[in-house]
Amino acid sequence: MKKLWNNKTTRTNLTTYLVVTVAFVVMQLMSSFGQLGSAMKGYLIPVCAYIVMAVSLNLLVGVCGELSLGHAGFMGIGAFTGIVIAALLQDAIPNDTLLLVVAMFAGGIMAGIFGFLIGIPALRLRGDYLAIVTLAFGEILKNIFSNLYVGLDSEGLHMAVSTGKVQLLEGGRMILDGPVGATGITKLSTFPMGFVLILFTLFVVLNLINSKEGRAIKAVRDNRIATESVGINVTAFRMKAFVVSAFLAGMAGTLFGLNFSSLQASKFNFNASINVLVFVVLGGMGNILGSVISTAVLYILPEAMRGLDDLRMILYAVVLIIVMLFTWSPSVKNAVQSVTASVQEKLRKNKKEAVNNE
Amino acid sequence: MQIIQYLINGISIGSVYAIIALGYTMVYGIAKMLNFAHGDVIMVGAYISFCVTNYLGLPAIVSIIAAMAVCTVLGIIIEKLAYKPLRGTSSLAVLITAIGVSYFLQNAAQLIWGTAPKNFTSIVTFKPFSFADGALVITGEVIITIAASVLIMVGLTLFTGKTRMGKAMRAVSEDRDAAQLMGINVNQTISMTFAIGSALAAIAGVLLCSTVPTLQPTTGSMPGIRAFTAAVIGGIGSIPGAMLGGILLGIIETFSKKYISTEFSDAIVFAVLILILLVKPTGLLGKQVQEKV
Amino acid sequence: MNEYSRKMIKVSSVNLFREQDAGKPPVLDVRNLGIDFGGLTAVDGFNMTIGPTEISGLIGPNGAGKTTIFNLLTSVYQPTRGSILLKGIDTKGMNTAKVNKLGIARTFQNIRLFNDMTALDNVKVGMHNEIKCSFLASLLHLPSYYKSEKKANEKAMELLDFMGLADIADQKAGSLPYGVQRRLEICRALASNPAIILLDEPAAGMNPSETAELMHQIRRIRDTFQIAIFLIEHDMNLVMNVCEGIVVVNYGKIIAKGTPEEIKNNPAVIEAYLGKKKEADA
Repeated sequence: MKKLWNNKTTRTNLTTYLVVTVAFVVMQLMSSFGQLGSAMKGYLIPVCAYIVMAVSLNLLVGVCGELSLGHAGFMGIGAFTGIVIAALLQDAIPNDTLLLVVAMFAGGIMAGIFGFLIGIPALRLRGDYLAIVTLAFGEILKNIFSNLYVGLDSEGLHMAVSTGKVQLLEGGRMILDGPVGATGITKLSTFPMGFVLILFTLFVVLNLINSKEGRAIKAVRDNRIATESVGINVTAFRMKAFVVSAFLAGMAGTLFGLNFSSLQASKFNFNASINVLVFVVLGGMGNILGSVISTAVLYILPEAMRGLDDLRMILYAVVLIIVMLFTWSPSVKNAVQSVTASVQEKLRKNKKEAVNNE
Repeated sequence: MQIIQYLINGISIGSVYAIIALGYTMVYGIAKMLNFAHGDVIMVGAYISFCVTNYLGLPAIVSIIAAMAVCTVLGIIIEKLAYKPLRGTSSLAVLITAIGVSYFLQNAAQLIWGTAPKNFTSIVTFKPFSFADGALVITGEVIITIAASVLIMVGLTLFTGKTRMGKAMRAVSEDRDAAQLMGINVNQTISMTFAIGSALAAIAGVLLCSTVPTLQPTTGSMPGIRAFTAAVIGGIGSIPGAMLGGILLGIIETFSKKYISTEFSDAIVFAVLILILLVKPTGLLGKQVQEKV
Repeated sequence: MNEYSRKMIKVSSVNLFREQDAGKPPVLDVRNLGIDFGGLTAVDGFNMTIGPTEISGLIGPNGAGKTTIFNLLTSVYQPTRGSILLKGIDTKGMNTAKVNKLGIARTFQNIRLFNDMTALDNVKVGMHNEIKCSFLASLLHLPSYYKSEKKANEKAMELLDFMGLADIADQKAGSLPYGVQRRLEICRALASNPAIILLDEPAAGMNPSETAELMHQIRRIRDTFQIAIFLIEHDMNLVMNVCEGIVVVNYGKIIAKGTPEEIKNNPAVIEAYLGKKKEADA
């Protein structure tokens, strides 16, 4: 055990699992002792979903160095797939937890398949161009979700992409209704399941980073040409990371979708993708625990500032800009350093004088 | 006749995209950053113009000049405060900061002007021209928009080709370090680029709201993303590319709305973007750069 | 018969320089290779063969097209003309990764290590295709993952030790001194188990004692792994001492080929390096 602890990566990974578990236990206890407000309780599951989103996006952006601006699209695929699957299998699987797990895997697999299909053209591009293509795919997906009509009746599923095309038998109901979105969703998501999904995500992502695949992924980011020169097919690796990331985002989407009684496609727009990206960048690129913490803080921050009303989003924007300047800008960092140095100098002087005066 | 009508409408909306795209492309060419706040500068420009005409009762031309002035200053301030300190660091850091600026502008506008949409009065007062017994109608807005974009294009081409500042801009976008060694003031050049881009955004805002008269804090987002797409289609960094991309996008959007599907026009536009990038990875008029080994 | 036998192409003219290699098919056979960039011909009519355990040198003035030839051999560029036969297989249309799997590894003139990774991890990236562990096993850390990682660690340490780098295994590659980085790059290339290794200016930036050590190591690599080595180098002492065959290029074309002795006395080579004697001097 001690030997394990001495290994730096093992230590970081264990810390990550530990922090997440402790946070879960604390929240769960507070919740059961009635210490959490109803608003706060309402955030628990979305926060779990967004943590999974941020960790999976960090795999792409932080670890692989590929900028994606359409991550929410995969979340949307997961959400709507999960909703449809849950409605379809509601009678076949009586156990809610099992149904949720099945729906999450279905959402993940569907998102993974789309990740693969999108990856084929997108991963031929690099840098800003890849970012733009992922943005475009995110918008296309959102556009499709808001025009998707899915109904369920005794004959099974009916699908269409334009209004009025889905004709249902008596007793049937619409699961997805175009721009109205999904309605009448059975809420299956629970906070403990959110926690399990986070653990699963951490397990997959941390394992991936610490394997030969992870080494290759980091190598691609550091130096593409050198990576190819030792026989690693770079495109295949970018694809693997892309699909795994999409898969996890899909699972997060299902968790998120099955937490509300109704859901519109606009939840998965460009702004949602950007928010996840903000979580990742502020948490630290490639820093998995950082993503977890920054998501929890930043998701709740604007909500916690609800009392400030109109000012809260503007404050959020200002905080975002200031944090970026303080963490990245060399000139701001230098200024901060020189200020702290002069303050320390002054304090030392005062102390000295105080000593001399004695 | 109908086809011509849609073509003209497409070119008109495309011209607005083109003017916005110019701002994206110039900033990308020179500062190598995706300025996601650019779309919101358009919105600010439109609000200023709205206030000047509606609250002060001044003529349209004054409102445009006021909008341009405010946006120019705004562009320079944003660059100095938010982007300049991050120059030379990770492009992702700059991108996130730009997103922060975008949030800031949208929420500031919401605080000042409220969320309720304002009804923007068109700057154009003359009547639409009607041809072939009303089968083809060309509105004043269409004429002004197309004329403005042509003027801007010619002006920018002359500016970058003939003036000292324009040449400096081209030099900085080609190789910033070499330009600096040649005695070009890079900071000043970048400021100038933001100033021009923002002034153009103000014009675009006024033109956009003259055509689509609802004005609210999020007005700039979608045209911003569209124009950004246009800049990429044309080849980001290329001024004629932005123009071409904008007009192409406008035409594709109008035609797909009319002849394919209104609901899926977004998807079609973005699918075209992806197709173009697959065939020409740096856009229609973009330069191909090969990594040196 | 190996798995590539179907694609075997008969190799005709074999001009090998090493006695031990006589009668064996060359590991690399380049025929009439050429590439144009736009209208500019960077390499033209490049012909050479390298025996399976030969150390060959590629020299020429700056800008002669030496690195371009390496880039062609490793499929970084696709040739405009001619063909490259690696172990008798035409590499036309293959990408860099595939050509490496077939048996060619390289180092770079401007060192390209994975700077944020440790020296050990750099070598392990080089061993990527040697490590047998499925994607699912990696994702879920199945027992086969631990077994393959342990094996990889051992072999990577062996290689580092071979290059005298065992004590810096845990240091970040980017923080290492220049000469050490060059040796680490060779180590990483060796890890991919190549049949021929291309070294692009391996002694650049090294001091004389480091260079002497490097010369010794180059021979040791060949003798231990029984592979061919093809190197670009400006240090004539190194080239003349370790290479068995030398090719001289200028303006993208071969101007001389031969043993070190032959090259030293070749008038065309002297002219390329020192310039033509003026008529008046004669």
